[in-house]
Amino acid sequence: MRVTGHANGEATEAGLRAQVREFLAAHDPATMGRLEFVRARFDAGLAWVHYPAGLGGQGLSRTLQKVVDAEFAAASAPTNRPERNGIGLGMAAPTILAFGTDEQKRRWLRPLWTGEEIWCQLFSEPGAGSDLANLATRAVRDGDRWVVSGQKVWTSSAHIASRAMLVTRTDPDQPKHKGLTYFGLDMKAPGIEVRPLRQATGEAEFNEVFLTDVVVPDADRIGAVGQGWAVSTATLMNERVALGAFTFPREGGMIGVSAATWRQRPELRTPGLHERLLRLWAAAEVSRLAGERLRQQLAAGQPGPEGSGAKLVFARLNQEIADFQVELLGTEGLSYGDWTMHRPDGADYYGRDAGYRFLRSKGNSIEGGTSEILRNIIAERVLGLPPEIRLDKDKPWKDLPR
Amino acid sequence: MTQHVSDRAAAAQPAAVAAEAGDAIRLPDMIYSEQEAELRSAVRSVLDDLAPFEAVLARTETAQTYDMALWKTLAADIGCAGLLIPEALGGAGASFREAAVVAEELGRSVAPVPYLGSAVLATVALLSALEVGGSGEADQPGSGPAAELLTELAAGTATAALAVPFASMPGAGLEPTVRIGPAEPHDAVGTYRLSGSVPAVADALPAGALLVHADGVPPGLFAVRADAAGLTRAPVVSLDMTRQLCDLTLANVPAARLTAGRQAELTVAAALRAGAAMLAAEQLGLADRALEITLAYVKQRYQFARPVGSFQAVKHRLADWWVAVTQARAASRYAAACLADASDDAAVAVALAKAACSDTALLAGQEMIQLHGGIGFTWEHPGHLFLKRAKSTSIGLGTADRHRASLARLADLPPPGY
Repeated sequence: MRVTGHANGEATEAGLRAQVREFLAAHDPATMGRLEFVRARFDAGLAWVHYPAGLGGQGLSRTLQKVVDAEFAAASAPTNRPERNGIGLGMAAPTILAFGTDEQKRRWLRPLWTGEEIWCQLFSEPGAGSDLANLATRAVRDGDRWVVSGQKVWTSSAHIASRAMLVTRTDPDQPKHKGLTYFGLDMKAPGIEVRPLRQATGEAEFNEVFLTDVVVPDADRIGAVGQGWAVSTATLMNERVALGAFTFPREGGMIGVSAATWRQRPELRTPGLHERLLRLWAAAEVSRLAGERLRQQLAAGQPGPEGSGAKLVFARLNQEIADFQVELLGTEGLSYGDWTMHRPDGADYYGRDAGYRFLRSKGNSIEGGTSEILRNIIAERVLGLPPEIRLDKDKPWKDLPR
Repeated sequence: MTQHVSDRAAAAQPAAVAAEAGDAIRLPDMIYSEQEAELRSAVRSVLDDLAPFEAVLARTETAQTYDMALWKTLAADIGCAGLLIPEALGGAGASFREAAVVAEELGRSVAPVPYLGSAVLATVALLSALEVGGSGEADQPGSGPAAELLTELAAGTATAALAVPFASMPGAGLEPTVRIGPAEPHDAVGTYRLSGSVPAVADALPAGALLVHADGVPPGLFAVRADAAGLTRAPVVSLDMTRQLCDLTLANVPAARLTAGRQAELTVAAALRAGAAMLAAEQLGLADRALEITLAYVKQRYQFARPVGSFQAVKHRLADWWVAVTQARAASRYAAACLADASDDAAVAVALAKAACSDTALLAGQEMIQLHGGIGFTWEHPGHLFLKRAKSTSIGLGTADRHRASLARLADLPPPGY
């Protein structure tokens, strides 16, 4: 069923609220275990209402999800802890829904949504960063199973994940984009070694994953053999949808920290820093307005290509503001909170010191598409400029220089 | 049309950050409405027909640098002159959102018409004077010199200019360089005499009336007829000849008072602020069109047996330029919306818009020439028209630097020593 008319939408909203209340009457969050509760919520089609019936949803509009979430939140019901499985919920689930078999959808989506199975993403390799399609991790078919060997890198959550989106090379004789195949890998399979990847900030948000003769059943292949590039692209498109969809107040970003320091610490002010602060404040505020304008366009059904530029601006601004803050602090900027190796849940832009932000923000123009690749994307897809002259598109992957 | 005269933003400035932070997510509509799109298309079609670049360029070397035939079409047929003027005075009663769309189109074509000076600066000053009154001459609403002049402007039969240096910064202290002198014995009641000079005034050359802020006891804002005895307008050989400036000299020129004292200052300040926002919209249009023209060129220009637009060194500059335009558009739309709604955040919004759009217009002017290579540096190519308009507008009504500096007070980011 699809919600089309406004009145229909309102009826569905009321219906959904009634469903949640009915569900809560039958499943008291106070007496049930958390896991038992969220499993029952999935089975009742109240997990993600835009997913199909039988897979945690009811085939409704995605915009109705907030109605359900609000009802559950109002009842102080336990959640599926979405913050622990952002990659699974945001990227793996839509990929499975689009390309998975019925059996895979039944097997994987429920534990993914309930948080029983955390997913990670085994895409980048030491030799395949911006040029992801150059990846070299090999999967060799052996009857109804595949044997996988290679090295993946920059994998967040690999140390807690039970499944991974894995893209491999299955046919080196094909051109690079054609010989790839995608799997849902069991991270507990023998031959998988996860090592923390210590970064410039001192800790390890990410991992390196070494795969040595790992056996993957063919039943865990997502999409056809050789279709891995199309499946990967779908995963990455969902990454872009997930980014930059939030709204925040003036000085709500990192510039707020600097503005507060500036106001509280007049002894730190210099003319040069003042000029820089005003520049950064203005740029941060304009980029906030641009983000809001983009959301207004989307809401009005006039999707513009402006989103492609938002990450580019965000990365540059974050770096400049963090750089400014260290300099503003002077002596304090010369110290650093903690260099010891540990495993944080993710980047922490507001809980830590200026030195950390200075270093961590350097990753912003690399992760999720380097600024150079984003400029290519804008130039080619938004501005319609001719693509790069490619030397690697038609040759067999095995014959490419590397 | 209370938005024209409101200087509430000035009064509420120190609280700008706190006020915004509390209710930050509810930002005004920044997208273009259907009516705005229709207005845009009407203006663009006139400009495409009557203001091709060759004609704009050729006119810069004639005695009549303003294209008043084009202006009459825009003013009378499309109604651009009276957008901000209430319907009771023959205008369209539209808002700064629509006025900004027209400014964008004029920036796109670098057309030599006195829209900014007459339909924005002078119009907003007159509307403001009308609202605050203070001249003692308006017996009833809709009469008096301000209303009469507005009616003429709306009809497109005359244009007016605000006699301030084009580089004036909104919100900066006003120091009139014209003084009120004693009336002459034969003068009619209500006639004042002004003497002094104002350099580098925009859109005054074709104007039928000049609005002059003059010092005295009390100071006031006055209307001076362009043919008044003692008034001279000396054309300036301007950096941007598509908006030729002139130096005004007044020697005992008869004038009618529009408003006096503090109200006169507020009137000029409101006009300058609105002018800066509309000039930002003009810069946005300029940057957008320059990008369009440059994109088309790099797609068809071949060197090394490939389009120059396929080289990353070129593509990345264009991508950055496009990003700058999208950011400038948000700032410009926000400023227009804040002025239209008489928002308390208008002062911040205008400073952000003029800073962002000035930088973007300059980038556009420079990149347009660079990415065209040799042809872009020739007189026959419109690149220099865009560059000159970009540079002059980046000084006009406050540089990016001065607007950012104004945020020190508006956003409570004080300089060292405070």
